[in-house]
Amino acid sequence: MNPRIVFALVCRYLFLYTRNWVRLAEVVFWPTMELVTWGFLTRYLDSKMGGGEAGPFTWLLGGVIFWDVMFRSQQGVALSFLEDVWTRNLLNIFVAPVRPAEYLASAFGIGLVRIAITVLILWSLSWVFFRFNLLDIGPALVPFFGCLLVFGWAIGMFATALIMRFGQAAENLAWAVPFLIQPLTAVYYPVAVMPGWLQWAALTLPSTHVFEGMRGVMAGLGFSWSHFAWAVALNAVFLLLAALFYGRTLATVRAKGLLTKVATN
Amino acid sequence: MNDTPVIEAIHLRKTFGETVALEDLSLSLPRNEILGLLGVNGAGKTTALNILLGLTTPTSGSLRLFGRELRTHRVEILRRCNFASAYVALPGNLTVGQNLWTFAQLYGVKNHRAKVTELLEHLEIPHLRKRVTGQLSAGEATRVQLCKAFLNDPELLLLDEPTASLDPDISDKVRTFIRARQRERQTSIVYTSHNMRDIEEVCDRLLFIHKGRVVAAGTPAEVLALFQRDSLEDVFIQIARSEAGDVFAAAPAPK
Ligand SMILES: Nc1ncnc2c1ncn2[C@@H]1O[C@H](COP(=O)(O)OP(=O)(O)O)[C@@H](O)[C@H]1O
Ligand SMILES: [Mg+2]
Repeated sequence: MNPRIVFALVCRYLFLYTRNWVRLAEVVFWPTMELVTWGFLTRYLDSKMGGGEAGPFTWLLGGVIFWDVMFRSQQGVALSFLEDVWTRNLLNIFVAPVRPAEYLASAFGIGLVRIAITVLILWSLSWVFFRFNLLDIGPALVPFFGCLLVFGWAIGMFATALIMRFGQAAENLAWAVPFLIQPLTAVYYPVAVMPGWLQWAALTLPSTHVFEGMRGVMAGLGFSWSHFAWAVALNAVFLLLAALFYGRTLATVRAKGLLTKVATN
Repeated sequence: MNDTPVIEAIHLRKTFGETVALEDLSLSLPRNEILGLLGVNGAGKTTALNILLGLTTPTSGSLRLFGRELRTHRVEILRRCNFASAYVALPGNLTVGQNLWTFAQLYGVKNHRAKVTELLEHLEIPHLRKRVTGQLSAGEATRVQLCKAFLNDPELLLLDEPTASLDPDISDKVRTFIRARQRERQTSIVYTSHNMRDIEEVCDRLLFIHKGRVVAAGTPAEVLALFQRDSLEDVFIQIARSEAGDVFAAAPAPK
């Protein structure tokens, strides 16, 4: 792994933002809209059923922010690949002395940058307008965010591999995959409301353990080491599976000569 | 001096399902030689280049670059190669300078600022450095790509129709540049083109591919003699209109 190469690939992506304000707007716009919607819902629910300053439903805003961490992370990975497809630059990158691991590391780095921007915006907006201070969650934020970031990488790799294999027809997958996971991973409601068999499925996702853990912390139950341990272990499994899938897909794509197809169509 | 061939391909074959894109390609490219790959659309030129670049894996056959197996030494080999194609672009939303900086980093180019300046000047486009790549004309974009292709002083350069979509003036400049650079650094080049002028002026040796197999090989003069034609254009047309295997069928009697 050569850090110079990873750095160059990340910079290349950041150059895009300096050149195109519409892109930056995109990073700001969607999370803001989402936060406002959920913010008012939270306020409404609190006024109906709770009352007081920090009402019992503010954890919904925590859900919004946590969800966005995962979503932006996976998007960062898939987008950095799609960007190369859209700009017909993919072949230049693939014939450069860049290892797949370096390419992925840069995509991960881009995921990290996108998250940093999103979280900063959501944290300040939710604090100013809805009196929800993310930092109230305390040091548990770090492991929680870390787990979501890594899970985002894993599903980003799955999405990227599918786009490589099935071309731009699979592009929508880059956006769809997280929404396949969303209902299952208990972002805005506890796992307990699901039917038993679905709970079991939900708990195979590392993100579910993070969301459960977050609600626990916000309810004053303290940091759940067992949820954290599950999240880490499951992440390791997903990351490994994603890497295997990515590697296999790359081999298939080389055999079928699809790299040039994806890149030049 | 090291005389390991830069490319040593033996019986490369590539099929895509039922389609045989490359029937049987063997070639050995020494240092300091420009090899032209010619053939009609669909002959298998791009497939051959993609195999040489590791973008496509051959169905069978063996391929060594700089004496090493491409499959197992990919990154190490690619560091010594480069590539430009009419069908590939540099990100249009970055400036020329940003794009070249990125590739200089990827290839680990030393003194990259000086290198970029020197190449842009040689290509007569130093004024483009701050321009947005996507707004360049075809001729300008091609020259920027060539700048990228020569950044790492490649020992092996693969060019897929570099002059496609260029006007004769720019084509001529591009050919002159490639030839001059190549002589200076003794680069080995594989060059595909439909432009016979290109091939005649640039290439030391030719490989005519038709329906995935090599139907003629040699220096331009040798190929002309073999087909008893006055121009490569005539040879091209004769091969294009023949069935695979009997490319000489339509050849006129010796003069
Ligand atoms: N990825 C691919 N999948 C299926 N068929 C392909 C693929 N790439 C090329 N071919 C086929 O292989 C043949 C050679 O194509 P190509 O190498 O692109 O020719 P050229 O570059 O000489 O025009 C053509 O018949 C083409 O349709
Ligand atoms: Mg071609």
